[in-house]
Amino acid sequence: MSEKVLMKGNEAIAEAAILAGCRHYFGYPITPQTEVAAYMAKKMPKIGGTFLQAESEIAAINMVYGVASAGLRVMTSSSSPGISLKGEGLSYLAGADLPALVVNVQRGGPGLGGIQPSQSDYFQATRGGGHGDYHMIVLAPASVQEMAELTVKGFELADTYRMTSMILADGTMGQMMEPVALDLEVKPMPAKPWATTGTGMKRPHNIVNSLFLQPEELEKTNFERYARYKTIEENEARYEEYRMEDAEIAVVAFGIAARVSKNAVDEARRQGIKAGLIRPITLWPFPKAPFAKALTHVKSMISVELSMGQMIEDVKLATDCRVPVTLCNRVGGMIPSPDLVLDAILKQAKGGN
Amino acid sequence: MIPYRFKRVTLLCGHYGSGKTNVAVNLAMELREQTDRVAVADLDIVNPYFRTLDSRDDFSHAGIRLIASAYANSNVDLPSMPQDLYAITDDRSLHVIADIGGDDRGALALGRLAPALREEGDYEMLFVINRYRPLTPDADSAMEVLREIEAACAIPFTGIVNNSNLGPETTPETVLKSLPFAEEVAQKSGLPLLLTTVEEHVAKELTGKVPGLFPLKLQKKPID
Repeated sequence: MSEKVLMKGNEAIAEAAILAGCRHYFGYPITPQTEVAAYMAKKMPKIGGTFLQAESEIAAINMVYGVASAGLRVMTSSSSPGISLKGEGLSYLAGADLPALVVNVQRGGPGLGGIQPSQSDYFQATRGGGHGDYHMIVLAPASVQEMAELTVKGFELADTYRMTSMILADGTMGQMMEPVALDLEVKPMPAKPWATTGTGMKRPHNIVNSLFLQPEELEKTNFERYARYKTIEENEARYEEYRMEDAEIAVVAFGIAARVSKNAVDEARRQGIKAGLIRPITLWPFPKAPFAKALTHVKSMISVELSMGQMIEDVKLATDCRVPVTLCNRVGGMIPSPDLVLDAILKQAKGGN
Repeated sequence: MIPYRFKRVTLLCGHYGSGKTNVAVNLAMELREQTDRVAVADLDIVNPYFRTLDSRDDFSHAGIRLIASAYANSNVDLPSMPQDLYAITDDRSLHVIADIGGDDRGALALGRLAPALREEGDYEMLFVINRYRPLTPDADSAMEVLREIEAACAIPFTGIVNNSNLGPETTPETVLKSLPFAEEVAQKSGLPLLLTTVEEHVAKELTGKVPGLFPLKLQKKPID
């Protein structure tokens, strides 16, 4: 293993993207993700890459569309309000079946909200974000190491399935510093025969477009895209189970909420309560397998979120509402404490809802 | 404990994430042992989250004044300076540890104070380095940051603080392996390597092995 370095989550994303072969970054600064852009600004010129601070988020996402059309690895990053601005572009990327990596280091909302951490863009990320029928692959890291690993994975999945991967982090994950091993395995980029790289007078023109003049053709494209999504749901769901073997109370949390929850689960276990944690790593596709397994012994679930309760809907869908699911949350930039989660577990243990 | 005499003002600058804030907090506590009127000045206009302000209660308990922007750790996402900024240069009976924001961008904030600090001539300008930060892995890259900071704030450095660490995974070897790097930065810059700062539990194992060893109590982290 190579020597570790001490990195901010945002820096880990930037460095991992470079290691994954990304040489094109377009963005616009916004707290708390600015270090992604700052790192790219320092490093890209030194390695022959492109860092460009666009005039707006809208411009940046359309520059991503351009490079993705040319078949190269490309990314942009922003935080919640900036991602909303990119919404139209995200939909166009989906409509044109273009691979790209988009990073959302979430902050409190709605509106301009605040700069402190949040997970309240879950709906926006997992349901698409822009208009039309589509999905993005949504990856939720819970450590700086995972910020790096999932960035590489995000590029690979994007290329494999010709769609956008989103890293859905939060301000804490972006700002916190942890040791990272950067000896990441990067698979070779798959061939992209559809890319607009010039015909060389040897092949017909490739066309990248999201406009369909015939509704029959647009319908067919949507059906085909959703068949591809089905494959992704079957093959790419990722999750971590922690002390779930005999759990009667399952805490469900991702990202920073999962780290807090792990502490609470340990403390509950010390007090003799059979608690466990399911941590979805992909939020779309939402992992269903650990829930099916948990239903054989779990009596209730607690969804811990830095939102007013968004993932809880997927937890209820994944369990067909067969056990009660309660919400434990803080919002507006606040983070639930291990004690708050422990209290929620204790309440469930006493049979309360 | 500290192997040199404190000047009236100690300025801590360096690459962002090099550990300036933790060093500042600990130097302030050490200085408070030696003298009554101590202030920590949080001049970080860059970092939105982890700041000197996080130690507010500890400072208040130790009788240390905190000079910080009213907007630090809030949702006001603007570079802002403390309203009592000029106490640093106007009140010469006050000893100050100043935590400056990262890189040349952060050091810009210091420019306004530079003429008065240079005129008084009772300051230490310390360059905090961490070999394990990805953009300063060698002496040359650290020297680049050093020159950028000096150009931004118009105050030349006077010494080096080696704060090389890997966070919770720091071992005595982590620190020992960083010493040649720190010495090379010292040699290239012509500045003395004044301190090697190490988390206190790790520091215990390095007593007598590292010159200028200064143990640190780390700021409380809001999250594990």
